[in-house]
Amino acid sequence: MSAPTVTPHPFLNADLHDLGVAELADKLAAGDVSSVEVTQHFLARIAQHAHLGAFLTQDAEVSLAQAKAADVRLASGERTPLLGVPMAHKDVFVTRDFVTTAGSKMLANYRSPFDATVVTQLAQAGMVNLGKLNCDEFAMGSGNENSAYKPVKNPWDLSRIPGGSSGGSAAAVAARLVPAATGTDTGGSIRQPAAMTGITGIKPTYGRCSRYGMVAFASSLDQAGPMARSARDCALLLSAMAGPDIDRDSTSLDMPALNYASDLIATQACNTPAPGQNGIKTLKNLTIGLPKQFFGAGCAPDVLNAVRAALAEYEKLGATLVEVDLPLTELSIPVYYIIAPAEASSNLGRFDGVRYGHRAASYGDLTDMYKKSRSEGFGDEAIRRIMMGTYVLSHGYYDAYYLKAQKIRRLIAQDFQKAFTQCDIIAGPVSPTVAWKIGEKSSDPVANYLADIYTLSSSLAGLPGMSLPAGFGAHGMPVGLQLIGNYFKEAQLLGAAHQFQMATDWHMRKPVFF
Amino acid sequence: MALTSHDIARVANLARLELRPDQIDRLLTQLNGFFALVAQLDAVNTDGIEPLAHPAAVLGEVALRLRDDIASEPNQREASQISAPAVERGLFLVPKVIE
Repeated sequence: MSAPTVTPHPFLNADLHDLGVAELADKLAAGDVSSVEVTQHFLARIAQHAHLGAFLTQDAEVSLAQAKAADVRLASGERTPLLGVPMAHKDVFVTRDFVTTAGSKMLANYRSPFDATVVTQLAQAGMVNLGKLNCDEFAMGSGNENSAYKPVKNPWDLSRIPGGSSGGSAAAVAARLVPAATGTDTGGSIRQPAAMTGITGIKPTYGRCSRYGMVAFASSLDQAGPMARSARDCALLLSAMAGPDIDRDSTSLDMPALNYASDLIATQACNTPAPGQNGIKTLKNLTIGLPKQFFGAGCAPDVLNAVRAALAEYEKLGATLVEVDLPLTELSIPVYYIIAPAEASSNLGRFDGVRYGHRAASYGDLTDMYKKSRSEGFGDEAIRRIMMGTYVLSHGYYDAYYLKAQKIRRLIAQDFQKAFTQCDIIAGPVSPTVAWKIGEKSSDPVANYLADIYTLSSSLAGLPGMSLPAGFGAHGMPVGLQLIGNYFKEAQLLGAAHQFQMATDWHMRKPVFF
Repeated sequence: MALTSHDIARVANLARLELRPDQIDRLLTQLNGFFALVAQLDAVNTDGIEPLAHPAAVLGEVALRLRDDIASEPNQREASQISAPAVERGLFLVPKVIE
């Protein structure tokens, strides 16, 4: 690990970091700036804002070598939509060139022998990796306070959490330290931090992006996705990240990736051009379902106001709003917190202090070595979930807990299918409140679990969901609008989000000190 | 039915964790808090409902793929052992298991 020693670009394009992925790609393709220059600029910015705690690992030499390779490809005339544009990976994607910790002391010095499929795909597309982003330990958390290394601060208010578990990704994008980042979402870990930092993020349909090389948390729920400032930029990244990985991920969907960026304009939901509106299409054929359970007393009024205003904007664009019913929404919390810890306790069984990971300094026999190594290496939340998961899977309890939860999971998924007979997209808040203060909830894990209410049900159903900036709530903190689509309808979601972002500028707002 | 500290100790042993007494106390309170929420699930009638493992199975059968049982990766022994806590001559070292 070497500290980035970089000099800003001489013509220091003071606003280079204000450009999104698509704009940077255009500048690179036009030869206005080189990938090395762009990379140096972002490395300098990351160093300047190290106090945010967004990054865990960097290696300027590796990043600049990737940038040089991208410049060679550009010079040879190659033109692909992401060539030479920098980004960074959540530290649960394993990388050969950077240590991968998953936010845990357990993997403090772990060096993977291979790259995750998503990492390989974005590298092949020509993106430059600026390093590894902080996250909750093994992606378990909603505030990034479970990182074993340091909390991440929210760029909109440094005393507040950025959301989690992809908190480093969200903070880095919001603070313009990177134009885009990868995240992972098991129960809301892309959507919730995107909402809390005023950026855009999409969790695709379960199985859309390969899980190969993602440090496993809950295998039937984990899904990778992009986080950026706009739906358009997310579409560009998702086009490169998605696609089948047949031999390496047994749950990967055997469906080709689409060109989500070109589909933004041509989605079936948005097929009625409105003349004279500066390219903005109407959403005349789009019906948006509002689950009544998402708009109840459990959601803070400031969040509801912003969400309702965003929905009114959708109505102005031509969409029709209807009420739908997702009666098991509240139960998605216990269902999720049975299934995810059960799978986590199994996945984290691999950390035995033998093949990789932390080993205790002193121990007796083999069992004692396992116990001491695991108890030292795992943080509180990982231990809590291993305990919950081991208990619900233990002899005599499996039927009452795990099996029961998997059955209700089917009912939850069926409820969504019923709702989708009445609407194209489901919308609501992402999180019941804006970002809370660091430390405010850390002693009460159940309070943290309850705050996941609006993201868990779609995760259990494996549906695609996204968050886009919808305005601001209490304390001037960002509020996200959640859009949930039916299976494989990422293009429709991104299209609907893009139309909103053509008509509004919430996604362009920037925290004052960045 | 609330968990006892005996349950916590039993589960910790199954999970190969060694917990301090203060950790056991805290986990007891937190897990009982969580399982109070879980009790709500009893009210849901799931008679005749199949469990859902792969989410897309709600649309129809999802067959999990199996690949041929042949070596598909090159030998990466050294790269794979680079992060191992104790290795000797290409082997992982553990405390003596058989006397």
